[in-house]
Amino acid sequence: MENIYLIIALSPLLGAILAGFFGSVLGRTATHTITILGVLVSTVLSLYVFNHHVLESGAVFNQNIYTWMQIGNLNVSVGFLIDNLTSVMLVVVSFVSLMVHIYTIGYMHDDDGYTKFFSYISLFTFSMFMLVMSNNFMQLFFGWEAVGLVSYLLIGFWHHKESAVEANLKAFLVNRVGDFGFLLGIALVLMYFGSLDYQEVFTNLGNATGVTILGGSSLITVVCLLLFVGAMGKSAQVPLHVWLPGSMEGPTPISALIHAATMVTAGIFMVSRMSPMFELSDMALTVVMIVGAITALFMGLLGIVQNDIKKVVAYSTLSQLGYMTVALGVSAYSVAIFHLMTHAFFKALLFLGAGSVIVAMHHEQDIRKMGGLRNKMPITYWTALIGTLALIGFPGFAGFYSKDMIIEAVHFSSLPYAGWVYYAVVAGVFITAFYSLRMFFLVFHGESRVDHHTAEHLHESAPSITFPLIALAIPSAVIGFLTIDPMLFNGWLDNAITVASSHVSMAELKHEFHGAASMIPHAFVTLPFWMMVGGIAAAWVFSLYRTQWADTIQKKFHRTNYVLESLYGFDRFNEIVFVNGIKKLGNLLWKVSDMGLIDNMVVNGSARLVGFIGRVVRPIQTGYIYHYAFFMIFSLLIILTWVLFAGDNPLLEL
Amino acid sequence: MENSLLSLLIWLPIIGGVLVVMVGNERANTARWLSVAISIIVFVISLSLWTGFDSSTHLMQFVEKSSWISQFNINYHIGIDGISMPLIILTTFSTVLVIVAGWEVITRRTAHYMAAFLMMEGLIIGVFSALDAILFYAFWEASLIPMLLIIGIWGGDNRVYAAVKFFLYTFLGSVFMLVSLIYMYTKGGSFSILDMHNLDLTLAEQSYIFWAFFMAFAVKVPMFPVHTWLPDAHVQAPTGGSVILAAIMLKMGGYGFFRFSLPITPDASLEFSDVVIVLSLIAIVYIGFVALVQRDMKKLIAYSSISHMGFVTLGVFALFLAFKPGAAEGALLGLEGAMVQMISHGFISAAMFLVVGVLYDRLHSREISTYGGVINSMPKFTGFAVLFAMANAGLPGTSGFVGEFMVILGALQANFWYAFLAATTLIVGAAYTLWMVKRVFWGGITNPAVETLNDINGREFAILAILALAVLIMGLYPQPVIEVMHTSIDHLLHQALTSKL
Repeated sequence: MENIYLIIALSPLLGAILAGFFGSVLGRTATHTITILGVLVSTVLSLYVFNHHVLESGAVFNQNIYTWMQIGNLNVSVGFLIDNLTSVMLVVVSFVSLMVHIYTIGYMHDDDGYTKFFSYISLFTFSMFMLVMSNNFMQLFFGWEAVGLVSYLLIGFWHHKESAVEANLKAFLVNRVGDFGFLLGIALVLMYFGSLDYQEVFTNLGNATGVTILGGSSLITVVCLLLFVGAMGKSAQVPLHVWLPGSMEGPTPISALIHAATMVTAGIFMVSRMSPMFELSDMALTVVMIVGAITALFMGLLGIVQNDIKKVVAYSTLSQLGYMTVALGVSAYSVAIFHLMTHAFFKALLFLGAGSVIVAMHHEQDIRKMGGLRNKMPITYWTALIGTLALIGFPGFAGFYSKDMIIEAVHFSSLPYAGWVYYAVVAGVFITAFYSLRMFFLVFHGESRVDHHTAEHLHESAPSITFPLIALAIPSAVIGFLTIDPMLFNGWLDNAITVASSHVSMAELKHEFHGAASMIPHAFVTLPFWMMVGGIAAAWVFSLYRTQWADTIQKKFHRTNYVLESLYGFDRFNEIVFVNGIKKLGNLLWKVSDMGLIDNMVVNGSARLVGFIGRVVRPIQTGYIYHYAFFMIFSLLIILTWVLFAGDNPLLEL
Repeated sequence: MENSLLSLLIWLPIIGGVLVVMVGNERANTARWLSVAISIIVFVISLSLWTGFDSSTHLMQFVEKSSWISQFNINYHIGIDGISMPLIILTTFSTVLVIVAGWEVITRRTAHYMAAFLMMEGLIIGVFSALDAILFYAFWEASLIPMLLIIGIWGGDNRVYAAVKFFLYTFLGSVFMLVSLIYMYTKGGSFSILDMHNLDLTLAEQSYIFWAFFMAFAVKVPMFPVHTWLPDAHVQAPTGGSVILAAIMLKMGGYGFFRFSLPITPDASLEFSDVVIVLSLIAIVYIGFVALVQRDMKKLIAYSSISHMGFVTLGVFALFLAFKPGAAEGALLGLEGAMVQMISHGFISAAMFLVVGVLYDRLHSREISTYGGVINSMPKFTGFAVLFAMANAGLPGTSGFVGEFMVILGALQANFWYAFLAATTLIVGAAYTLWMVKRVFWGGITNPAVETLNDINGREFAILAILALAVLIMGLYPQPVIEVMHTSIDHLLHQALTSKL
């Protein structure tokens, strides 16, 4: 099996190297064929691995490939841990990546950076595989930052756009803030558990019982919170979410692959992987849950006031990541992974659908300038409908199962503040339905507001674009129904996830669960369902039935509207405090301390002092012997006088 | 042959340098080819140090000893261990690169330029292999001279100020070292460095000696607050000079801590380790902020060097955490991380200065604001530049990550806040490096001159590609380097933890 895992990871890397270095020689067709083949191999083998591990209950594979460094007894290796969690991630990542590769053929057709783009997305796929397959913290960190690198390169892919290269710098730096915490967490893990290997760390978790650091905080809590800071960066949780909307500057395929389906869920994956550790700290779990709830609710609200089609989907992604984080907080790790999976399919679908619209609209992204596209773009329309229904949790669709389970898990949680969080995630359902349908109606229904020139050329996208839409629409519709039972309640993830017996959410869910089919009729008597219906109705009223009402309300509640449109002021705060503040601090340190104090005063000052002494002493050096003789005699006189009259002069006692 | 390998490595480039001078500036091409041939031969010979090295012992290898000044028991005594060997190979490697890098750029007094680098190579190898304190001191001071000339002759507009500042600063530091070496001779009767390791010294004596050494080494590293010569020297030096200065000469300071301070004055090192650690952390954090606001690319990289070298001194002096129970590996992580960081910084700083050199050769400006949108006219070059920038920002998979990772992991075991402050480089280091990348390479072209830039030629491509490979290999598989140094570092740790009182 080891070779299979290696091929899964390395075949996209090979594709990336060939496309990157020889893309211009190979030409476009050969480049995309090679990279797609690379990812196709990974996808097929991932399915095989999934079958082996999950369906046939194969043994967990945990082996090192090579020693990265050996210091004393400390071994840090590159190695693979393949269990059911990894297998699920492999299938999700490889499948979405494959779809995005195919989609790119059509989407980037006219771009000069065609081959480079394929190289980058294959490199991304490799990095993501390394991240999910890792069996230790070092490699996890490698994958973690490598996906960040590719994200940086791809956000700034259109490097002539100033907004793009500002967004990629911001994305990298905000992620680095997360990684800062993450690295300290890893360092603490090494210090107290003596290893960076997951398995060894988990076996040694007992060492930490009762250990306190930093003046009385529990070690486990500190470690978990630091690791979670890393997750907050990568998975864009408030307040480290600010980079994700900016990342929409990148081409749409990578928004789907990196900034919706896979990379941003790395934090969710990581926390699930660390479940044995997080389970030991209710404090950390509570923080995770609350941060998730804040993100889920407040980022969703921002989706309502966005008019850029990609921005709406981006804020929706933030909000959904918040839902996953909430699930982690209430110890429903398998539900988080379940939502991660369904979300990967339907959100990739929505982004790719948005991309299809953007191409058709000649790169117009403002939904106020669209409308009535459903007749012109039937495939995009129907697949987007499926994606939207999945996202808002319409009964039967993928997102329905995963989101409903999250809400129920919060309901059963005994953590402090779980009651508040429950209201937040239920309110989130209304908001999700509202912004999703608002966008859907504005784009596809109603009067066409498309300008005349664009309208003439408006047509359905090429097959390379519509095929991935269809291929992603199928799991978006049915994957929840098919997998909820085995994934949550019949042990698919059992060999990777630990839940403490005191955290009862999963057990209660299992108790209440009576099959995927029976959840659909049951939905009609639940609060979330009616919240969703309310959201749809509101969206219909404001975007189709009485469009002027939206303006009226915006004017009436202009303060609230201002708060939302300024995105709660996070960007301004960061700009003023961090960007400008740090530049000022840097200038102060440089000009005043470094140049002024140290260099000018002390260093050049000593040089000047030497020069000054030289100038003072110079007049004495006259060159006349009688001057020197006079000085000698005069000095001798003084010295002798001093010797004579100084305190304990033995001569005086004579 | 086997026995005089080190001597060959020291004297071949020095004699080669004399030959190159004799070829003369008029026959520049002959001088170039001769220099590159010599440097490559030296590099290949130095590789046999690696292949012939026995990494299972901490004892000195390739030892040569003959009497030099017998009245004072001064010997021509050289040899290497796992600490000096990688640094010697780094020296021979970098020299090849700078000679090739100066190929068509240096048109004035070409032969002298090449000769200076060859001679400096021999002298620096002498520094890293000397086992006699006076021999060490002689090489140490002599290596200043070629660098002084390189800055003073081939430097920028303010080169004389920078050259004199560089010379006086470093010279002043090392005078104190000479005094303490002589003191130890009068006490122990030997100038052998290994004898000094075993010399009994009281805490007071150790303290004086420690600070005397510290003056010499801290200036060289350079550590805050004796770092201000470095930005000036780098800005004025020609590209090759900056490369050797950053890649090799700074490491002489770090090497001094390994070879002299820790084993000779272990108790004083423990006593003052907090001071050194605080200065290192200031270097990492404070200098990082200073680097952020630089407008001159070379200055920015110079400050970034100071910040990165802070990890070296932090890693070294965090070793006393080994007194904590079960933390021996943490101390080793710090020490070996410091070594890895020195080597990695050799690659990355060399690469960064070469990157600036490529731009400077074309537009004769180091100002960030001159550029913008360079990727449009130089896509291949931008690929390299971004890779090296990422390495400078410590991206995993590049060598820049390994040393910082090890030092942070080690330092945390000494004190959480050491690691906390050191780890801020993850943010600040990325900020100053990538912000520069953004302003120089990304974006649209604002200066019409940038549009006319030619992408790198074959020679420049080869140099950058070799460095890129070095950076990646070391990042993906650092174990071979760690393995050769491990036994020596382990022994050093033992020496540093053994009190002389």
